[in-house]
Amino acid sequence: MQSWIPFLPEAASTLARRVDALYLYMVAVTIFFSVLISAAIIYFVVKYRRQMAYEIPRPIAGSIKLETMWTVIPFLIAMSMFVWGASVYFAQYRPPSSAMEIYVVGKQWMWKFQHSTGQREINELHVPVGRKVKLTMTTEDVIHSFFVPAFRLKTDVIPGRYTTFWFEASKPGRYHLFCTEYCGTNHSGMTGWVVVMESTDFDNWLSGSANQESPVAAGQKLYQTLGCASCHGANGEGGRGPSFVGLLNSEVQLEGGQTVRADEAYIRSSILNPSQQIVAGYQNIMPTFKGQVNEEQMLQLISYIKSLSPNQTSGVSTTAPARSNNPRTGAATPEAQGASNPDEQRSNPVGATPPRANQNGQR
Amino acid sequence: MDNKFEFEQFEPVTPVDSRVNYLNAKYGIKSWLLTKDHKRIALLYLASVSIFFALGGVYAMLIRLELLTPKGDLFQAQTYNKVFTQHGIIMVFFFLIPSIPAVLGNFLIPIMIGAKDLAFPKINLLSWYIYTVGGLFTLWALVNGGVDTGWTFYAPYSTTFSNTYVVATGLGIFITGFSSILTGLNFIVTIHTMRAPGMTWFRLPLFVWSNYAASLIMILGTPVIAITILLLAFERLMHIGIFDPALGGDPVLFQHLFWFYSHPAVYIMILPSMGVISELIANFSRKNIFGYSFVAFSSIAIAVFGFLVWGHHMFVSGQSVYAGMIFSIISYAVAIPSAVKVFNWTATLYRGSISWDTPMLYGLFFIGLFLIGGMTGLFLAALGLDVHVHDTYFVVAHFHYVMVGGTLMGYLGGLHFWWPKITGRMYPEGWARFAALVIFVGFNLTFFPQFLVGYLGMPRRYHAYADEFQVLNVFSTAGASILGVGMLLPMIYLVWSMRYGRVAPANPWMLPGLEWRTASPPPTENFVATPVVTWEAYEFAPPEELQVIGKFESGDKPDHPIETREDLPASDHRV
Repeated sequence: MQSWIPFLPEAASTLARRVDALYLYMVAVTIFFSVLISAAIIYFVVKYRRQMAYEIPRPIAGSIKLETMWTVIPFLIAMSMFVWGASVYFAQYRPPSSAMEIYVVGKQWMWKFQHSTGQREINELHVPVGRKVKLTMTTEDVIHSFFVPAFRLKTDVIPGRYTTFWFEASKPGRYHLFCTEYCGTNHSGMTGWVVVMESTDFDNWLSGSANQESPVAAGQKLYQTLGCASCHGANGEGGRGPSFVGLLNSEVQLEGGQTVRADEAYIRSSILNPSQQIVAGYQNIMPTFKGQVNEEQMLQLISYIKSLSPNQTSGVSTTAPARSNNPRTGAATPEAQGASNPDEQRSNPVGATPPRANQNGQR
Repeated sequence: MDNKFEFEQFEPVTPVDSRVNYLNAKYGIKSWLLTKDHKRIALLYLASVSIFFALGGVYAMLIRLELLTPKGDLFQAQTYNKVFTQHGIIMVFFFLIPSIPAVLGNFLIPIMIGAKDLAFPKINLLSWYIYTVGGLFTLWALVNGGVDTGWTFYAPYSTTFSNTYVVATGLGIFITGFSSILTGLNFIVTIHTMRAPGMTWFRLPLFVWSNYAASLIMILGTPVIAITILLLAFERLMHIGIFDPALGGDPVLFQHLFWFYSHPAVYIMILPSMGVISELIANFSRKNIFGYSFVAFSSIAIAVFGFLVWGHHMFVSGQSVYAGMIFSIISYAVAIPSAVKVFNWTATLYRGSISWDTPMLYGLFFIGLFLIGGMTGLFLAALGLDVHVHDTYFVVAHFHYVMVGGTLMGYLGGLHFWWPKITGRMYPEGWARFAALVIFVGFNLTFFPQFLVGYLGMPRRYHAYADEFQVLNVFSTAGASILGVGMLLPMIYLVWSMRYGRVAPANPWMLPGLEWRTASPPPTENFVATPVVTWEAYEFAPPEELQVIGKFESGDKPDHPIETREDLPASDHRV
């Protein structure tokens, strides 16, 4: 749906046209006032141009009526912009409850993605059309910002925090992905593509490269190897440390009477700074895991812990079945597994082993 | 226009070289470097600010040259990052912030209120030295390798990752901040305590009001940036965890602290400029300003609200949605007093006697650029729209329209307007009008395409960009070349006019303000006798009322035809 209005970027998400509508409203108001005032000024400057040196026009006193008018009317117009802007903002930043979740880690100067079924991508993100997608993002180093002009959306990616970004793509195609927070030497090279595919193509693509470890499975493995299980129970049921079952988004009673909502940031800070927030009734015995867990592993641990709260996890609403969760030992390093060409993938039968060598070769 | 006074064409006063003024009272480098005269200090600032402006301008041209093509072919990425960083730091901290207050404000505030000098002349000189030391410190850092963090110094890039001279540059800004604080303090004390008899608050020229408002921001805001820079240096040098999450800090805290100063700093730049524009519009229409008290208090309102909007720089930084809403609504509130000013300026023109002299051209161009700059600020305050245009060229275009279009128009307009008072010479009117037009056209051609390319999604601070953005960038670079030529013209003819310009009379424009009731250039003590003010601001009385204050020497001619009245001796000076 190419617009007839010039200088609008392509619109490929359900929210894009809402942003454009707000933009065009403000352009209209701007043109109206610019023309009004410029015309008045030009008219006055010509009509009342100086006829004679040192002439002294009759002074005009101010007018409370006029002052009130041009205070109140701009204020009302400004408030209409505020309300409209805020309503769009709420839609942009309130992620829907049922969205397929993708993890994003930014680093100087690349974007790393992991789908909940395990596929990893670098600088290219495949998403289906017509399905809600939520990105949970963090970074290994400095602040970045995730910007897809065609979606009219951007969110800063901040070290030590999780920010989210959701969209529902409305049109298949390849769209620019830019980093918009200055992040050092190769900032302008930290770009990529968001590839929006038809739903069935996406499912083929997803299952085509499916035999990778899902974040939940990888997290579960980390949970064992890091020794979490010895205190928190083999399946997170609790022990010397608190239980993880049903933890996500619950209110946790802390030592000292405070409560905190158990979101991603809470889980992260409890792993890195365990002594900061002690759950009521437990002892401060957990060592810090700072330096032992990188950002991607952290996201895997969190997604495993989240998976223990089955009612709360944002449902993985892809049609790719659970078999893609089969942990596959000896998986290649993230960097070695790249995005793959959807056309190439489509030729693969569902569930068949994809041509791995090919993919490695692409990188 | 039934109240018209007719007079013969004004004849310029014959040069009176024997008259002692602040420029020829003393000679020698020492008499300048150790001067306590606010007018000479203003000229010292004029020289240093111009050097920084020229340097920042060279960086700007380099940026536009690089962006002529999508590929990063002129510089390496790292060099480009340093170029735009240094362009921003020099222009913001060493040109835009000091330009109007330290040059025009320093020169004019004491004269406009009828004082002999600022309240603390030695502190005034000290602030120029502090500014110079800070500037040299920063220049030293730039020469030794530069800095690549962007003028915003966002952590943790600036504290942990950048390998450039962050602390040295930061310290230069830290030092210069004290110059700002001292100047603001000096202005506030002067305006409070040194007004001439009869110069009540509501008789003050609006230029004084707006500098007063800007001084409040300088005193209250600048310490915050100083603290922020120190914290940044502590983290960078001693690894104390303040901003870097790896050390236990919070990177968004840096943004809060930085913008708590840096947003109001925009008003330090624009408010004095608005003051200049109020002077230009009223004086070159020969009318009292429409709604004086509304224009005066809108400056104060901008200064107060300006402190409460910093969070609109963080709508996409993971700030809470509700905090975003509050900052958005206050940002809209701050737009209202700006709109009130524009409407009042327009209304002032109504039934005026409007001159098309260069200063007025700058005044009108200011309104045009400020309209666009201000209205696009509303785009950025709209939460849902900011999410798209944040950190794109849309923002770059917006703040150049406001900060450069606004401040530069006011600065150049003011410089031309008061040039006869400052130097005692007229600038060449034809060249000046031509240059003003070239600058206006060049400016719009440079920055208007950036709104469009920004909405299309081109991020700022990109060394290389996607091919589809090239056409608009070519326009922008073409405009920048025109703007660059336009900027060279005043630099040349203003310097030329200092020696060869027509000698200026005391009151070349026939205006009622106090600064026009003393000689051009003024004597060191500004007035021969302390003036007593019996007129309102912008009260255009018949010219026989507009007399130069002080005794006429023999050989002096009045600057305008005087109809001698029986009851007034010819040397009457309204004292």
